[in-house]
Amino acid sequence: MQNQYTDWKQALRSGLLGGAITVLLSLIGIVTAFSNTYIVNKVISFGELLIVGPIAALSLVAIQKARARHPGLLILTAIISGLTSGLVILALAGLGQVINLRAMFLNASNDLYAIYAYKQALVPGLLLRLLVSGLVGALVAGFTLLPGRIKAAISQGLLYVILVGLMGRLIGTVLNTWGFVAILFKWMFVANSLSPIGAIFLFLLTGGLAYWRYGRPKTKQITDPKKQKLVRWGTLGGFGLLLIFLPNILGMWFSEILDNVGLFILMGLGLNIVVGFAGLLDLGYVAFYAIGAYTIGVLTSPELGFFNLTFWQAFPIALIMAFLAGVLLGLPILKMRGDYLAIVTLGFGEIIRILVLSDWLKPWLGGTQGIQRIQRPVVGIGEFSITLQSQQQLYYLILAGIVLVAFVAVRLRDSRLGRTWMALREDEDVAVAMGINHVATKLTAFAMGALFSGIGGTLFAAKIGSIYPSSFQFLVSINILSLIIVGGMGSIPGVFVGALALMGLPELMREFAEYRYLFYGAALVAMMLTKPEGLWPEARHRLEFHEEETPPPEESEAVPESA
Amino acid sequence: MFRTWRQKITMTDIMVWIIGLSIAVVVIWGTISTLQSGKYSAASWFDLVIKGLALGGVYALIAMGYTLVYGILRMINFAHSEVFMSGPFTAVFLANALQSNGFLSRQPLLGMLAITLLSMAVSMSVAILVERVAYRPLRNAPRLVPLITAIGASFFLQYTFRGFYGSGFEAYPTIEALNGYWRIGAIPLFKTQAVVIIAAVVMMFLLYAIVMWSKLGKAMRAVSEDKEAAALMGIDVDAIIVFTFALGGAAAGAGGILYILQFPVVHFYMGFIPGLKAFTAAVLGGIGNVPGAFLGAMVLGLLESVGPNLFLDGLGIPVASQLKDAIAFIILVFILIFRPSGILGERLSQTKV
Amino acid sequence: MDNILVSKKVTKRFGGLEALGKVDLELKKGAIQSIIGPNGAGKTTFFNCVTGFYTPEEGEILFNGRNITGMSPDRVTHLGISRTYQNIRLFKNMTAIENILVGMHPHLKSWLIGAIIRDPRTVHEEAEALKEAYRLLEYVGLKGRGDMLAKNLPYGEQRRLEIARALASRPKLLLLDEPTAGMNPSETQDMVHFIQRLRDELGITILIIEHQMRVVMSISEKITVLDFGRKIAEGTAKEIQTNPTVIEAYLGRGAASGLGETAAKG
Repeated sequence: MQNQYTDWKQALRSGLLGGAITVLLSLIGIVTAFSNTYIVNKVISFGELLIVGPIAALSLVAIQKARARHPGLLILTAIISGLTSGLVILALAGLGQVINLRAMFLNASNDLYAIYAYKQALVPGLLLRLLVSGLVGALVAGFTLLPGRIKAAISQGLLYVILVGLMGRLIGTVLNTWGFVAILFKWMFVANSLSPIGAIFLFLLTGGLAYWRYGRPKTKQITDPKKQKLVRWGTLGGFGLLLIFLPNILGMWFSEILDNVGLFILMGLGLNIVVGFAGLLDLGYVAFYAIGAYTIGVLTSPELGFFNLTFWQAFPIALIMAFLAGVLLGLPILKMRGDYLAIVTLGFGEIIRILVLSDWLKPWLGGTQGIQRIQRPVVGIGEFSITLQSQQQLYYLILAGIVLVAFVAVRLRDSRLGRTWMALREDEDVAVAMGINHVATKLTAFAMGALFSGIGGTLFAAKIGSIYPSSFQFLVSINILSLIIVGGMGSIPGVFVGALALMGLPELMREFAEYRYLFYGAALVAMMLTKPEGLWPEARHRLEFHEEETPPPEESEAVPESA
Repeated sequence: MFRTWRQKITMTDIMVWIIGLSIAVVVIWGTISTLQSGKYSAASWFDLVIKGLALGGVYALIAMGYTLVYGILRMINFAHSEVFMSGPFTAVFLANALQSNGFLSRQPLLGMLAITLLSMAVSMSVAILVERVAYRPLRNAPRLVPLITAIGASFFLQYTFRGFYGSGFEAYPTIEALNGYWRIGAIPLFKTQAVVIIAAVVMMFLLYAIVMWSKLGKAMRAVSEDKEAAALMGIDVDAIIVFTFALGGAAAGAGGILYILQFPVVHFYMGFIPGLKAFTAAVLGGIGNVPGAFLGAMVLGLLESVGPNLFLDGLGIPVASQLKDAIAFIILVFILIFRPSGILGERLSQTKV
Repeated sequence: MDNILVSKKVTKRFGGLEALGKVDLELKKGAIQSIIGPNGAGKTTFFNCVTGFYTPEEGEILFNGRNITGMSPDRVTHLGISRTYQNIRLFKNMTAIENILVGMHPHLKSWLIGAIIRDPRTVHEEAEALKEAYRLLEYVGLKGRGDMLAKNLPYGEQRRLEIARALASRPKLLLLDEPTAGMNPSETQDMVHFIQRLRDELGITILIIEHQMRVVMSISEKITVLDFGRKIAEGTAKEIQTNPTVIEAYLGRGAASGLGETAAKG
């Protein structure tokens, strides 16, 4: 009896929380904003998913926390949780009818209530909503009672339908440019989202695949080292070729996005050295980016007319400036503890921005008007030289930058210096007692990060052609930090994954751009709470010069590395 | 003795001292040339000082949140600037409602009290929520982890409130009772600024009293000394931590109302700069130290208000007040370099964390 | 010059508390010596002063005749002093081999440029270092454990790894802080032999902080007793065993220390 009582309470609590999350998302405005972003055309929108998702998730929590084991009781628990969530939503809609919530909450509009009510008349619509909420709970409960194989199939299928549906525009746009493929897939996509038939097909396909693969051993590992090497170089080569032709495959619009993502990858790789390798939280990373960009601007822009250098003449100077700034700032502050370091670097970033904005330095730095007509980089000699101007051309410059920076980052990670950074990150006192000069070591990381950020700045200046102080806000530092955290601190592939996920997605989904920082903030918190090692954590790299075969002793358990 | 000195000094120290000295020279030179030019009268200096103290009062109240939380958890609650923002950004709707039905002009005191209480309640709830969701599960994580969560929470809150109330500016109504000024001899003293300073001092004293003399405050200090020992003595550590966040949040909410009395416009991004400044103030006074936060905030407010005109104007820098934020941050950098324990803090410089 | 380490009237205070008061200590080259004393007697504080982690308020510490008082810890290590910790402090998320390689830091040279371009010298240096690291690993009896994360090693092996890491810097003086803490009698016996081997084979001078009287008495040539930060006795094992002041310091609080051992720590 006691058990059931606590289960009731738990179900109510989960339901309230689920409803509260939905209401929060509604009031922030995401639900309304995405109500026309269909996952399956005219059937289910992303906005609807945002309403149902929290309800389903919290029903799941209620079931997992329930003490009762009887299926009927579990289903009842989930239904109660779902209904409670539904009631919370109804309460908001009801309240909205009585008082004008809109005076305060912009998004508590009739549009929202209409979405709640499935665009029906309010009273029957909201009752339908309540019914659906309870049904969602029941479905979730039913799902948990299924055997593992079917569960895997259903969740895999749903995941793919949602992902493909969300990326409908991207996939649709790309497919349209590829003649015959477009014809092949036309029936799957309608108006940038999945058609109902397409969705069912995709669900059956991916779900079926998961069903088939369930419990089977994974594809065989290649054990022969020579073959392994061949495979590795093969994939690398293929990947390289793909990267080279990517702008041609994707076209103009995507090239611009690629460039933006590329710049962030480049700077992410740099910040990864500082934050990931050396464990120094640098929140003023944007300052060096600004220094790189502004040095290029001041040195090359004919508008200011001080120097009129070409891009490549100014380039090394910009790098030296960024590096020196890193050293000069780093020297005094690297003795500080981690959290103070974060704030001081943040302050430094703001100081740079304020100086750039100020009337005092306007004659030199352009103030709010920024610097225009920055020289574009010229590649080649004599008659064969071209000015890199279009986004597609600049792509290759950025790609070259990424390759260089990634190469350096990998080399540094696998060196004595990389080890030293790691030791400092693990236990600073002991590292110093091992004879490590902590200021010099941290300074190297900090200055390398600054240098890479500076490279990012120069390329940014070359890409945009004109720079304004508003491009160098604190938010840029946060962008880069977020992508590192999401990808996995200290992980080089993680930077790529993080950048594609955090920079690429908002660019691709314009509705998303509005909420990108909301999403980043939530992502940072969620990652730290659930997966602090990131989406693609650093595989503990094996030492390259292996002397003896070392069978792992039995008492060792694979303990995931915690960040 | 000299030998040990020589062994301890490094390139870094020399460089830091050179930078410090050159800044000191610039400041002194600027001050002298400003004073010689006689551009500003005594009255305008007085005006700047009062402005600075009023600003300092706001910083002091926000700084409480940083200082209390740091004292207990040894972490910087990066999201505190959003805790500060949430109060006044929400209370503006009440203020406008009270203004439009005339209550605010009929009963300015009661009206302001209601607005302040709402602001405090909202800030307090946000602070408690942040602690519950973002910090509590990470109590024993490495230091970097809660700091990153805090940054994430900060952005989430900013854009949540942007979603709630929109990305535009909302203006507070002017309170007629606070218009105008009193005269002290020939010098005018603006009513708002006087009210802000007095209110800030009273509230800081109240907070001090709570921390020093109330039962909860004593438990708080016990937890800040030694969590385990406090838990052994029967103190509910989690509850005390929640109380700390709540107290800091309420102070920030109250500070928010004092802030809008001076700058009556609110928006979702308004917390960032004052938050950073308040943190500077807390560090300046000695983080973890309540009177220190007050002292640091007042000093910072003064420097920020008087500084640009006093130090920079004489150097011929146009629109020197644009650089007031830069001054605050430069101060932050230099305190952390030269005296990380702040003006009043001593204990913390010793603890190696 | 046969004293490798000399401390003259070293005093360290924390606020009002005097953790070390005018401690004199002489350590002969090639000796194994111990510091004993009840909890909170200042033993670890003394280690911290020698390794540069703390700067004593008064007094001098000479290493091979050179004044190292207040020198930064990394430079002290470069001169040839290395240590282990009471509560093992390995780099937990690094492999055993990496731990030792970090210990080798003082006599490796490659830095930024070498790491990036991987010139032959850097490659050679790294290969040599790795070889030596494996040799050290074998020396402390951890052959085959090189690729395990330090935190996954069993307790006794962690202690050995910590010693290997300390040896990696090729120290002339090794400070061991309770090397047998938490070990059973047979493990303890192994450790005692191992410490003697270190001195005999590698010629390293060793200073030990130890709690187990049997260990101390069996290997130390000279014993220094600290109590409340002051040296109360010094001599051979026999002299110490019969010294009335020492007996009082231990037995006088013996009953209390048995109960309050953990609580009084600090």
